[in-house]
Amino acid sequence: MPSSSQVIGRLVAGRTGRSGRGWLLVSLCAGLVVILPIAGLMLEAMKGSAGLWGHLFSTILPVALVDTVILLLGVGLVTATIGTSTAWLVTAYNFPGRRLLEWSLLLPLAVPTYIIAYAYLDILHPIGVVQGSIRWILGYETLRQFRLPDVRSMAGCILLLGFVLYPYVYIPTRAMFLTQSGNLVDAARTLGVSRRAVFWRVALPLARPAVAIGIALALMETLNDVGAAEFLGVRTLTVSIYTTWITRTDLPGASQIALALLMVVLALVGLERFARRQQRYATDARRTRGLAQQEAGPVKGLFFLFAGALPVLIGFIVPAIYLSTEAWKRYQFAGLSPRILDEAVSTILIAALATAATVGFGLVVAYTNRVRPGRLSAMSLRISTMGYAAPGTVVAIGVLIVLAGLDRFIDRTASDWFGVSTGLLFMGSGAALVYALTMRFLAISAGGIEAGLSRIPLSLDHASRTLGQSTQGTFRHVHLPLSKTAIAAAALLVFVDCVKELPATLLLRPLNVETFATHLYGEAARGTYEEASIAALAIVAISILPVILLSRVGRNEPDRSAKTFRQGEIPVHEAL
Amino acid sequence: MKAKALLTSVLLATSVLSMPSLASAAEINLYTTREPALIAPLLEAYAKSTGTKVNTVFMKDGLAERVASEGASSPADILMVVDAGNLVDLAEKGVTQQIESSVLNEAIPAQLRDGKGHWFGLSMRGRVLYAAKDIDLASFNYEDLADPKWKGKVCIRAGQHPYNTALIADYIAHYGADETEKWLAGMKENLARKAAGGDRDVAKDILGGICDIGIGNTYYVGLMTSGKGGEEQVKWAEAIKVVLPTFKQGGTQVNVSGAAVAKNSPNKAEAVKFLEYLVSDEAQKIYAEANYEYPVRAGAAVDPIIASFGELKIDTKPLSEIVSHRKQASELVDKVGFDN
Repeated sequence: MPSSSQVIGRLVAGRTGRSGRGWLLVSLCAGLVVILPIAGLMLEAMKGSAGLWGHLFSTILPVALVDTVILLLGVGLVTATIGTSTAWLVTAYNFPGRRLLEWSLLLPLAVPTYIIAYAYLDILHPIGVVQGSIRWILGYETLRQFRLPDVRSMAGCILLLGFVLYPYVYIPTRAMFLTQSGNLVDAARTLGVSRRAVFWRVALPLARPAVAIGIALALMETLNDVGAAEFLGVRTLTVSIYTTWITRTDLPGASQIALALLMVVLALVGLERFARRQQRYATDARRTRGLAQQEAGPVKGLFFLFAGALPVLIGFIVPAIYLSTEAWKRYQFAGLSPRILDEAVSTILIAALATAATVGFGLVVAYTNRVRPGRLSAMSLRISTMGYAAPGTVVAIGVLIVLAGLDRFIDRTASDWFGVSTGLLFMGSGAALVYALTMRFLAISAGGIEAGLSRIPLSLDHASRTLGQSTQGTFRHVHLPLSKTAIAAAALLVFVDCVKELPATLLLRPLNVETFATHLYGEAARGTYEEASIAALAIVAISILPVILLSRVGRNEPDRSAKTFRQGEIPVHEAL
Repeated sequence: MKAKALLTSVLLATSVLSMPSLASAAEINLYTTREPALIAPLLEAYAKSTGTKVNTVFMKDGLAERVASEGASSPADILMVVDAGNLVDLAEKGVTQQIESSVLNEAIPAQLRDGKGHWFGLSMRGRVLYAAKDIDLASFNYEDLADPKWKGKVCIRAGQHPYNTALIADYIAHYGADETEKWLAGMKENLARKAAGGDRDVAKDILGGICDIGIGNTYYVGLMTSGKGGEEQVKWAEAIKVVLPTFKQGGTQVNVSGAAVAKNSPNKAEAVKFLEYLVSDEAQKIYAEANYEYPVRAGAAVDPIIASFGELKIDTKPLSEIVSHRKQASELVDKVGFDN
């Protein structure tokens, strides 16, 4: 089932002959980067017997499966609702504070799931601020007279994850609304459809690919989460994988569950693609009028502002204030750790290197699929999503098996042939970690850039080739400039994800290297959360800058650029 | 073009992040699952007295897998982990080596180290009862956790957490799997909230009125009471008293943190010297104090907060036997749906 971009590409490739071969080669390498650790896991899984499954089916799987499905449905519903409604709010209406809201709705991206769980557990605890105030207002004397329901529940987990993951839906959906043709909306209005109904009957159905990819990313994040689920006592399949590995020291068994889970995720992703195989969402090459914003009256405007600000409040402002006060308390109590600067350097350096590699590979994978479409390039693109779908801990083990094995081989060969020990080249240098992060987040960059490229009209490729440009030339002079906002957006998202990433960083970093995330974990693991608050705040702070940039990239493009070109331009927000 | 960028970044990573993975004589490499803050004072003291620098990397899960994957090229000299089960795992995965050291053997009681010299316990903690101050309770048996009189009053972290599987494994060692299943199911009935969170949450939740009793490790009480965790935690600790529970036919369940010399240790002699330092009076004091644990060396000082709990009577079942029931314990947790 060729996608529209493949069809476009095939037409172009028909004339290009052998060009694009280099692209394909690198694209396949990227596929290999992702597939190798998974192959390592498969080897590991085969070492085990199938004996585990009997126990799993009779005890844990029924519960874990139901819990996982409920969690995914819940998070899907919450992120879809918040993501699409806020996106519609800021594109279809004008009200005071709209511009501010437009970018601040992205801020919850800066808060990792494990941090939001820990923050709210404390804030909403019976002896915390919220319940304390309620008791005070209602005049209760003791803790035992009044209590809110426990955050440690499925509902708590769904809500908390939903409020930090909705930007994954908000970003692409808003971009979609922005580029939707105003003519369609006008046509609908002329035919007597109310403005609210336009959302349900025109805008939302047209934005379906964006909503779908956003939800898919949010759900993969949910599946990957161990920290928040563990904190809140929700037993997902991922937690089961983890328990099987750690408590029963059964790595082969854990690999088996992880691979099974991966298959399910890939099947779901495939199903979604299949469901919209016949549909085309490409825009017209000519610039059409965008959606006209409706002015909201003062009362309505205030209501809109409040409704739009709520997710930001819950997903970012409240936890940020909480972390700031905790960090400040800690700072006054114990001062600043002298290692904090080293940690900042390591965190940023690792994230930057991984981002460069991830975006480089992602660009090649996405671009190859356009200029040299076919089974191989499509396969690379499909494979590139696998790293994101697998739980982080498991990915880390897969990378470990492959790269430490390679290290050992190189060391042994060098010793045998040259009498020199190379030590551990990949593990010892941090290259293994950069590799793992690349493999993990390739889906974000390849997916985002593919979406960006697919909106560049085919006629531009034709024009460029007709004018005698080579594949490389077309890339450099046409596609790269037109998709640079999509690339920048992908880079920023990957960077933020790298900063937040924990399991691979924890397992694969070299001696004496500590990042904010590992420091945070080191404290949280022994229950000294208060020590962790400074590192937690640092993670959020480092992530805010890219998130703000993310909302700005592409906004200041000079207006004089040709109208036709602007059409192909991907608003940064389309990054996914 | 992108391939070049990638190559550059890998090279950059190699040069910039590159840390002394090839250790010189005056350095040893430590892979640890003990949190950095806990061992930092020890490493500083050691560097001061011997001039040997200890390079560390803190991991949590997968330490054994990492050492095993690195194989003969591994720079690791010492592997330091918490929980007897993890120590046994290291030995069973074949990533440790046998050490003959009279210093270690004399300092550490036999039941707290491997009989073949593959691992050594360095500090000890008890799994004990936290009870609300206003509850009249002088003694407690682990068996009582399933007593219906505590219905809706018990707080505990996840049953699958290693601290709890070790306790459950100890129960199996005493009573067998069937009895343990009944006990677990009974305790599940008594839970005031989901089995989740950490040990300190038990104290916090007792203060918050969610529960009356709960299970936690001894050192958390030291950390909370001492004020090291801030004023709020002092309040949590003030809400509880610690009762050292026992099995009806035994003592209090304890676990250890410990270390082993890696099988492919490049600096074995230095590694053994470091381990021997860890059981010296000086190090035992620092090590136990840093985290309010019981030292393993007889006669080494115990922190006053911990000493105030009363005399610790260690359970009769040896660690190695308890560890052998761990998998079964984990499966029982699933079977009764303890964490659901």
